[in-house]
Amino acid sequence: MKVLVSIKRVIDYNVKVRVKADHSGVDLANVKMSMNPFCEIAVEEAVRLKEKGVATEIVVVSIGPSTAQEQLRTALALGADRAILVESAEDLTSLAVAKLIKAVVDKEQPRLVILGKQAIDSDNNQTGQMLAALSGYGQGTFASNVEISGDSVAVTREIDGGEQTVSLKLPAIVTTDLRLNEPRYASLPNIMKAKKKPLEVVTADALGVSTASTNKTVKVEPPAARSAGIKVKSVAELVEKLKNEAKVI
Amino acid sequence: MTILVIADYSNGAHDQKVLAPATLNTVAAAAKIGGDIHVLVAGQGAGAVAEAAAKIAGVAKVLVADNAAYAHQLPENVAPLVAELSAGYSHILAAATSNGKNILPRVAAALNVDQISEIISVESADTFKRPIYAGNAIATVQSNAAVKVITVRATGFDPVAAEGGSAAVEAVGAAHDAGISSFVGEDLGQSDRPALTSAKIVVSGGRGLQNGDNFKHLYALADKLGAGVGASRAAVDAGFVPNDMQVGQTGKIVAPQLYIAVGISGAIQHLAGMQDSKVIVAINKDEEAPIFQVADYGLVADLFEAIPELEKLV
Repeated sequence: MKVLVSIKRVIDYNVKVRVKADHSGVDLANVKMSMNPFCEIAVEEAVRLKEKGVATEIVVVSIGPSTAQEQLRTALALGADRAILVESAEDLTSLAVAKLIKAVVDKEQPRLVILGKQAIDSDNNQTGQMLAALSGYGQGTFASNVEISGDSVAVTREIDGGEQTVSLKLPAIVTTDLRLNEPRYASLPNIMKAKKKPLEVVTADALGVSTASTNKTVKVEPPAARSAGIKVKSVAELVEKLKNEAKVI
Repeated sequence: MTILVIADYSNGAHDQKVLAPATLNTVAAAAKIGGDIHVLVAGQGAGAVAEAAAKIAGVAKVLVADNAAYAHQLPENVAPLVAELSAGYSHILAAATSNGKNILPRVAAALNVDQISEIISVESADTFKRPIYAGNAIATVQSNAAVKVITVRATGFDPVAAEGGSAAVEAVGAAHDAGISSFVGEDLGQSDRPALTSAKIVVSGGRGLQNGDNFKHLYALADKLGAGVGASRAAVDAGFVPNDMQVGQTGKIVAPQLYIAVGISGAIQHLAGMQDSKVIVAINKDEEAPIFQVADYGLVADLFEAIPELEKLV
């Protein structure tokens, strides 16, 4: 069974985000970039499926700038077999990304596509669901467990009140939540080996996909700062403040 | 302009379906946009939800799609229904709950439009604000789509009144059963405490609690205050408490009147889920913990001494 994993290059989750002075966006110059944490979980899940003998080949794809090859190499070091970069300089919307991944799905015909549930930059939480719609596949979003059996997959999902399990016909789309697995680190020998694994670069134009958008970002501002309050010295003082000053209890 | 709001609901006791409170905040966002507001209830035997929706202040009409295919709000079946109904609507809104987030992008893709996720304010009928980068930046986004597809972050809008309306209820829609997905089961935590996202007071614990058993101190305090109980990702990942208690960028977003963070350091991903709370209290023994930078009242103390004392005094 072929598994396709989609990954995104994003600002590292430890980096303090700064909004540009002209409010055109977030300052990404000379900032550490990494694989989106939810995408690391997606790669790990595919690798585990291969280790269990369920997956036979893992293809990893990223839609992004030329530098996203770094994150694809990381995925190859973690255990993916080959990589595809759909090179695109512009900042694409989730729908455009889903259409590009759909074009790759059409070509590669995987039985399972695993994506992160959301990217920590745009916080959209859309791409997997959109890809599922465009492909006509079932979707198991916010997954905390994935079990393949025959021609279906049971996905346990993290939902508001607890957990829900759905069964989807393959091929299907899965998006990962935090508790699906704990991603491994790439070993040095595997990082060396990953340099020799195939990495194909194609352009969005070559896939014949329109990336036109109905959304326009007008401006990006820093959030209203919350002013730091005071330190109280005792529990008794805290209760007094909450009762008489804040009046919340 | 007519706006369609997708009602969210959960399965309560005895399989009784209950309208999700976030639907009221979503109707509030629709009211800010302006125009007639219709609410869609897709489900099976969800008559009680439709009745509740008809009473929401400001709702003109309730559409009910009652069919086995919609029983568990499976997106493969509900999204085509919403797409079919979209003709004539200027906006389609859903709460950014796990159902809303699951269904709506599938609707947007079916309509070939970009979705705007988790809006926190309405600037005009086509322009909205939404947090990005875990709330470290606020984007203003404009849509030129014929039908604007939007999820609403409940904490950005005060809920409309649940009573007072008397909307007409109308049955709609053919059954869409894509036949590619089925519901297997659900494991919902049973709790008598208020739901995290609608509680007026939330008490949350982090790694400082050390283990799941120690959460009993927070439960005791919460029960005294009538509060909901949440947790940081660190506490959930460590297995102290179930994942539906996680507050943060990728967990639940809360904005209660009072948020009490206990033994939580205050990673930006956690702050993203609670920094709009009216009053924030932080109790942590590390006085350098970043949580103190957003707290209105900070107490540097050992939580195992402070929490029982607090429980006695409130």
